[in-house]
Amino acid sequence: MRSAKREAAVACALSAALLLAWGCAGTGETAGAGGGMAKSASGIPLGKTGPHEVQPIADRPRFGQPISEADVAAWNIDVRTPDGRGLPAGRGSVEQGKKVYEAKCLACHGADAKGGPVFGTMVGGVGSFTTNARVLTPGSMYPYAPVLFDYVRRAMPMDRPQSLTNEEVYAVTAYLLNLNGLVPPNAVLDAASLVAVQMPNRNGFMVDNRPDTNAQRCMKDCK
Amino acid sequence: MSKDKEPLPGRRSFLRNTAAFAGGGAIAAAGASGAAPLEIAPSSKEPGRPIPESMYGSPSKFEAHVARRRTDVLKNRQNWSDWSMTPLQYQPGIITPNGLVFERHHAGIPDIDPATHRLVIHGMVKQPLTFSMEDLVRYPSVSRFHFHECSGNGLTDWLKPAATTVQQTHGLLSGVLWTGVLASTLMEEAGLDPGASWVLFEGADAAAHARSIPLEKVMDDAIIAYAMNGERLRAENGYPVRLVLPGWEGNTSIKWLRRIKVGDQPWHLRSETARYTDPMPEGKWRQFSMVMETKSVITSPSGGQSLKRPGFYEVTGLAWSGSGKIRAVDVSFDGGKNWREAVVEGPVMDKSLTRFKIGWNWDGKPAVLMSRAVDSNGYVQPTVADIQKSRAIVGFVQHHNGIQPWAINEKGEVRNAIGQA
Repeated sequence: MRSAKREAAVACALSAALLLAWGCAGTGETAGAGGGMAKSASGIPLGKTGPHEVQPIADRPRFGQPISEADVAAWNIDVRTPDGRGLPAGRGSVEQGKKVYEAKCLACHGADAKGGPVFGTMVGGVGSFTTNARVLTPGSMYPYAPVLFDYVRRAMPMDRPQSLTNEEVYAVTAYLLNLNGLVPPNAVLDAASLVAVQMPNRNGFMVDNRPDTNAQRCMKDCK
Repeated sequence: MSKDKEPLPGRRSFLRNTAAFAGGGAIAAAGASGAAPLEIAPSSKEPGRPIPESMYGSPSKFEAHVARRRTDVLKNRQNWSDWSMTPLQYQPGIITPNGLVFERHHAGIPDIDPATHRLVIHGMVKQPLTFSMEDLVRYPSVSRFHFHECSGNGLTDWLKPAATTVQQTHGLLSGVLWTGVLASTLMEEAGLDPGASWVLFEGADAAAHARSIPLEKVMDDAIIAYAMNGERLRAENGYPVRLVLPGWEGNTSIKWLRRIKVGDQPWHLRSETARYTDPMPEGKWRQFSMVMETKSVITSPSGGQSLKRPGFYEVTGLAWSGSGKIRAVDVSFDGGKNWREAVVEGPVMDKSLTRFKIGWNWDGKPAVLMSRAVDSNGYVQPTVADIQKSRAIVGFVQHHNGIQPWAINEKGEVRNAIGQA
């Protein structure tokens, strides 16, 4: 027990020296609001944080192989959607997008993205969130238009993901945004114009505010 | 599901067995008779199967009904982005066998060769690094018990019963001993740039499923796991390597992990805006709700089972918390009016399944059984009515940690009574 504790302390001291004191400050389970109610600097509830009953040994071998960012490019497909960081060069029109959609998407999603054998509608739903039948579509739900580009590029079409060119992804994104009434039929989207599209649900989100219940531990004649 | 109807052991056999002793009398012919005379079984009269030279063992053929089952309450139109559920009604203890750990995939199960797989860390780091599987297993390791639960566990059963069994209501839940290298070990080797605060994890599956995770969680207890319950990961659970975020909604623990990118804000991907968000009043959506809150469920007796006769039953179930340890579990037999504290069976560990049990003599009258967990922060598991005060229960709702009632009628049949007790 004693040596495990010492190892943990060493690990924390090393962490603190190497970077910030992540994971080391306030490791006591009883440390006030630590434990169950800890939050990240950005306000996200973390649940319980340290201490941990099982610690690794404190040795720090280094087995990683250095790689350049350029050599990560084929995997580096994420888009930071609020500002579009990560969007590639290229552009695509609504008209081109309709052709891509009909060749590669329609079989599952149906004509005009109104739903098909595999997936429901991808149009409409704006204004439905205050009713008892919230309709989730890219148009009604996504807060930022680049969400659509990111998702199509990483996961669609389902039978051949990561097979579309960036131009095809821009085009099919433009087509779907047009079907949702968010860009005109003659739109041609690139990185800058995609980020500029105003989405109806832009301000529809709130950050986790749990715990949001306050149940009591009644034992007798409770209700 | 017919096997779910099998009777639980009851009082009559207990009386029969004790009568043999209580009767007392001559040794040879003692006791009342009730049980059939014992005969020598075939297994005693010939050798069994020989030991194969090499094989991976399987459960007895008589246990074939104990299987994961794809969701059939909410049926998906395809089976690539779909899920299968753990048969909790058959699980004793707190560990789920690897072949029964629940599944949730977004584009099917890839078969990835560990010899060619690579994990990369890049973005806001001093030196981007790649790791082979051979590299990863050489680092100092940890093995930790944690529950794993899908944020959608229970989503079909908020206001009225749709599911029959506990496998269907709560089976997106498993208990696993994860082994791997702490994420912090690898992050420190790459070296974080000042200002780093969020980390993207991305899978090598056909959905390239990805989530943005606060750096604090990554550095606290995230595991880059390559083994579960004493063997390498199963393909459906992320082979050869996955992220494990203890206590957080299952989909954040990215399987088939290929890429870690460090940044200074979240990415707001589809999987954290249009999916895995919670409907809230006035048309709002709650985002980044990743902790799985304290919860419990009675697994026996549970929906679809039946009590064949009055008498003694061990009522048992599971409790767990993403916010710490289980401190106590209370059980009610009258639909929540009165509660008794159950026995919590050790080991009791952080963010781990915890087994509770309590003895009960069923009098043959209708009863409604419920369990209620209390965690190490004093948080008490709420009812659905408690949850409804702050959230909108509409559509495809995640994060159901409400109390589950099971109603038992005079015939001993156990039914899901969510929203009715």
